Amino acid sequence: MIQVEVAGVSKVHLTIKGEALLALHDVNLQVMNNEFFSIVGPSGCGKTTLLNLLAGFEKPTRGELRVGGKLIGKPGWERAVVFQEYALFPWYTVEQNLRYGLRRKKIPDAEQKRLVEHYIALVGLRGFESRYPRELSGGMRQRVSIARALAVNPSILLMDEPFASLDIQTREYMQDELLKIWQREPKTVIFVTHSIDEAIRLSDRIAIMAPRPGRIEEVKLVDAKRPRDPTDPRMVQLAAEVKNWLRQRVSENEPAPVTEQAAS
Amino acid sequence: MNEDTRASQEALAGQPPRGTSPEEWAKLAASMVPPRPPAWRRVLAKIAHFWLLVAFIAIWQLASVFGQNFVPQLDVMLPPPTAVFSAALDLLRRGELITNILASLYRVLLAVGAAGVIGIPLGLAMGWLPRFRAAVDPLLEFVRPIPPLAWIPLSILWFGIGDTQIVYIIFLAAFFPIVLSSMAGARDIDPYLVRAGLSLGAGPGELFFTVVLPGALPNIFTGLRVGLGIGWMALVAGELVAAPSGLGYMINNARTLFRSDYILLGMVLIGALGLMLDFIMRQAARFVMPWHKGQ
Repeated sequence: MIQVEVAGVSKVHLTIKGEALLALHDVNLQVMNNEFFSIVGPSGCGKTTLLNLLAGFEKPTRGELRVGGKLIGKPGWERAVVFQEYALFPWYTVEQNLRYGLRRKKIPDAEQKRLVEHYIALVGLRGFESRYPRELSGGMRQRVSIARALAVNPSILLMDEPFASLDIQTREYMQDELLKIWQREPKTVIFVTHSIDEAIRLSDRIAIMAPRPGRIEEVKLVDAKRPRDPTDPRMVQLAAEVKNWLRQRVSENEPAPVTEQAAS
Repeated sequence: MNEDTRASQEALAGQPPRGTSPEEWAKLAASMVPPRPPAWRRVLAKIAHFWLLVAFIAIWQLASVFGQNFVPQLDVMLPPPTAVFSAALDLLRRGELITNILASLYRVLLAVGAAGVIGIPLGLAMGWLPRFRAAVDPLLEFVRPIPPLAWIPLSILWFGIGDTQIVYIIFLAAFFPIVLSSMAGARDIDPYLVRAGLSLGAGPGELFFTVVLPGALPNIFTGLRVGLGIGWMALVAGELVAAPSGLGYMINNARTLFRSDYILLGMVLIGALGLMLDFIMRQAARFVMPWHKGQ
C-alpha cells in the first residue's frame, strides 16, 4: 500500500541575491507502508529539502506530496523528524525533551513516565535523565533526539543524516537498534544519508539523487534479508555500483542533462 | 622492534586493571578532588579579588591627603575616602541618606519594572511576528533617538515635580534597550528548534511559551541589565534638574552648599547601588536559566 506519494514536486529557493535556484526538479516517489526508504546523494542534491517538504516545514513550488492520500499540511508528530543538528531544547533536561511531544499528544502522566523510561533505556542513556543537552556529547545528544522522535510513535519517521556525527561503533549499534525498533513497531522510515553502506545495511529501497538541479536519478531495491552481511557479494556489488555511479556524477562537475518528462 | 619499545611494553605488562563498577569509579573520582579550603580561606580569596578596588581607594586617600601640600583647596576639590565616609555617617545620623537612597531605588525599580512589563512582551511580539514588527518599528525608531532628558521639560509640565515625572524619564530611558534585546532574542531563535517544536505537535501558543520565550531569555536579561544601567543615568539627570529627594537631588543640593564630600558620597552610592542591582540580576539569570552558560 502506498503511504507517501511525491508527484511532480519541484522546489525553487531564492538566494540571498534574489536569484531563483531549482533545489528540486520534478521529483516522483512512492514509499510503501512500513517501508524503510533511504535517500542518498552528494551534498546539495536536495535530500534535506525533500525531507523538509515531507515534514511540512516548506511548501512545494510545483507538484504534490501526499500521505495516505491526503495532502501534507502543517508539521505534526505523525511525521516526527530527527534532525542532523539534534535540535534538542537546551532549556529542557533529557527527560523533559522526551516528554515534549508526549505532552503535546496529551498522553497521561503515568504513561509518559513509562514511555520516557523505555526510550531512555533503549538509547542507552539511563542515569542522564536530568542532564541538560549542553552536558552531553554529540553522540548522546543525537540519541536523545532519536528517542524523542520515537517516543511520540509517529507513523512516519523522517531522519536527516541522524548517525552522521556518531563514532563508528555507536553508529552501527544505533543502526541495529533502529532496525529492531522498526521491526517491533512497524513504521515508515524515510532516511536521508550520505553513507551508501548505511543505506544498504538498513533500507528496503534507496533513492539516488543528483544535484543541480536536485532530482531523483534512480531507485534501487535492496533485495536481501536482515540482518545484512556487508561482505555478502550482492551487497558488495550493489555498494560498488552506487558508489561508482555517484563518483562519476561528482567528478563530472557539470549538471547532468535534465530529462524532460511527459508530465512537465 | 626498537629496544625501548620492547622495554616499555614489558614494564606495562605486569600492571593490573583498576576499578570495576561505576560506583567505584565515582568514588575514585571523588577521592581525586582536592579538599575544600576552610571557610576563612575562601572568604579571604573572595576579598582578594577586590585588590584593584582596594588599591584604588588607597591611592585616592594618599593622593588627597598628601596632595594638600601642593594643590590649594584640594580638600574641597577632592575629599579623601575617609571624609566621604564620615559624611556618610553624618547624613545617616540625620536620616537624610536612607531617605534619598530609598527614593532613588524606588524610582529606578518602579520605572525599569514597568519598562520590562511593557517592553518584554512588545519586543517578543515584534521579534516573533514580522508583520507586527514592520508596523511598530517605524514608530519605535522615531521615538527612540529622542534623548530621555529632552522629555524633562514636557514631563514636568505634565506630571509636575515629583516621583511620577522622574519615573517617566527613567522608564523612557530603560524601555528601548529592553524592547530591542527582547526583539532580537525572539527573532534569532534557532529555526531548527521551532521546527522541532512544530514536528512534535506544538501549536502557536505552545511554541511561544516552550521555544520562543525560553530561547529569548538570555537576551531579555541582557536588555534588563542594560536598561537598569541606563535607568540610573536618567535617574540622576532627572533628579539633578528637578526633584524633591533622591541621590541626584542630594548631589545637586550639596553643590549649592559647596559640600564636595556629599557630592562624592552621592556618586559613590550610585556606583555601589548599580553594582549591587547588576549582581542581583546576574544571580536571578543564573537561577532562571540553569541551562545557560552564565553571563
